[in-house]
Amino acid sequence: MSLATVPPVVVIAIGNPSRGDDAIGPLLYGRLCEWLENQGLAGEFDLYEDFQLQIEHALDLKGRRLALFIDAGDNTPGPYTFGQVAAAEGIMHTSHALPPESVLQVYRQVEGGEPPPSFVLCVRGEQFALGAEPGDAALAHVEAAFALLCELCREPQVSAWLAQAETGGNSAPVSARMAASTASPSLAP
Amino acid sequence: MFALETAAHPENLRRIAIDPVTRVEGHGKVTLLLDENNKVHQVRLHIVEFRGFEKFIEGRPYWEVPVTVQRLCGICPVSHHLAAVKAMDQIAGYGPLTPTAEKLRRLMHYGQMVQSHAVHFFHLASPDILLGFDSDFTRRNIVGVALDHPEIAKQGVLLRKYGQEVIRHTAGKRVHGTGAIPGGMNKALSLAERDEMAKDIDQMIAWSLGAVHMVKQLHETNPGFYNVFGEFRSNMMGLVRPDGALDFYHGALRAVDADGGTIFDQVDYATYQQVLEEEIKPWSYMKFPHIKSLGAENGWYKVGPLGRVQAASFLSTPLAEAERQAMMALGGGKPVHGTLMYHWARLIEVVHAAEMIRDLLNDPEILGLDLMADKGPRRHEAVGVIEAPRGTLFHHYRVDDDDLVTYCNLIVSTTNNNQAMNEAVRTVARQYLDGRVITEGLLNHIECAIRAYDPCLSCATHALGKMPMTVELVDPAGQVISSLSKG
Repeated sequence: MSLATVPPVVVIAIGNPSRGDDAIGPLLYGRLCEWLENQGLAGEFDLYEDFQLQIEHALDLKGRRLALFIDAGDNTPGPYTFGQVAAAEGIMHTSHALPPESVLQVYRQVEGGEPPPSFVLCVRGEQFALGAEPGDAALAHVEAAFALLCELCREPQVSAWLAQAETGGNSAPVSARMAASTASPSLAP
Repeated sequence: MFALETAAHPENLRRIAIDPVTRVEGHGKVTLLLDENNKVHQVRLHIVEFRGFEKFIEGRPYWEVPVTVQRLCGICPVSHHLAAVKAMDQIAGYGPLTPTAEKLRRLMHYGQMVQSHAVHFFHLASPDILLGFDSDFTRRNIVGVALDHPEIAKQGVLLRKYGQEVIRHTAGKRVHGTGAIPGGMNKALSLAERDEMAKDIDQMIAWSLGAVHMVKQLHETNPGFYNVFGEFRSNMMGLVRPDGALDFYHGALRAVDADGGTIFDQVDYATYQQVLEEEIKPWSYMKFPHIKSLGAENGWYKVGPLGRVQAASFLSTPLAEAERQAMMALGGGKPVHGTLMYHWARLIEVVHAAEMIRDLLNDPEILGLDLMADKGPRRHEAVGVIEAPRGTLFHHYRVDDDDLVTYCNLIVSTTNNNQAMNEAVRTVARQYLDGRVITEGLLNHIECAIRAYDPCLSCATHALGKMPMTVELVDPAGQVISSLSKG
């Protein structure tokens, strides 16, 4: 695909569907693909699903107006956090996977310029055992996060996403967030 | 009992844990027991996550397994996909693959080899080699390499991307692909896909060759260090063709001793349990395989790049074979055993895989449409083996009349290297830590030895907020004297 035809927004969802709440990323990926298709918005977005963020994901950011990383968080604040992320040096990645900040930094080095404005939707997960299904709390968090995703995709502009980031994504429909909170009494503050 | 495996009086010793080991896949930790003079008495590489892979597979329909097993590992899903499907070819009763199907599987596998080795060398190992073991640990990663060596970092990214594209074209997707099915392939390669891969392959060969030459030059700057770092003698094992050439996709088992002498050769891998056995130790979830005839003490071996390029008689592509000869010349006709030589051998394998990709893309049969083998009677038991990026990978299944898996035994590459990795960290501990004040740079020597094997200790879980590294110094009473954290 030439850069001239690259959709302006890239969404990269991370996770292993066979490892409990690590399936959050793939679940949101599947729902978002379907929703974008139904809404007639699919042409505006490129969606990727992968087990882990890797160095070549930097190349998926080329020519974009906006980038969004979706991942499960290990007991991070629930139901989710949403915020802007910047390239950063010196972040120690400790396995074959990179954090989003390092992917953006690889972009800088490989492309010689700044990556597109990038955001992270981190959805709280709690258990990541091989072969486990995602837990009820995680599924409720997915519901809440999906409501935010729909809001973001209706208005894929930097200013709108920054406004959401200022509130941590809490301008998403209140009903969805309440449902998630009810299902997950052990949410971190 | 191996030297430094178990201290005589651990109760009087100070304990250091490297937990988790960084820039390896999954969760492992190293513990060291030292006395008051920092003399090392015990070193162990522990695998701290119980994976339960076999139980994950049992009870599933056999035809689902080649797809399901890809979820075991986020780094080499293709390896599990192909080892499983090789077993399921037999379970389903299929005869030899069609030439096109075998070539497509090989193409997928070589793409996997390029991407996996590229990410290991450029992303995980080169920070140590290019920036130094003792460099600022916050810069000792791919970002640091990119800052100081931008062209190398870029080539690493693009080699990895190329390998992923080969996988995508042959498996259907970059991850969770379904290209290989029992009896063959479910997707032919289009002319456009072939041409897209072909236009860049010469560049990939050139870059991988450049990486080999870079390592060779680094070696020339300090051969004494690279030759002896973590050096220990061991047996080696890999898959070879009938003529002795290394074959990543299919062959027979060959094992050689530390001097290159044959232990066994041309062993049908379906009979692996006649030549190998697995030992269990109470302090690790990972088993310890060894050559049955030699016993646990003498029969352990290396697999993976350094093991298999030396167990084989030759590589079948000219550029890679020339580089293999150059590396082995250091041993004066005998195998080399320095732990850092794994990196050199790994890059030679990238050259070999890239040359094989080029040859397959130039083969008209790769575009064929005859993708399924003829079917015969079903079987209830089968073994599939390939050379995964990290070494020999065994998948062994039994399936009942209802098509459900009733037995599964996986010996993954990292398990084959278990004792070798333990020997590597013990050797490095003796060489660099014994009697010295422990620093982060010295501990990184231990991690470098482990990383050379590119171990995959658990797989495919990634979540934001995980994976800090903490090293704690604890006195015999359990009090934390000091701690150091990364990440």
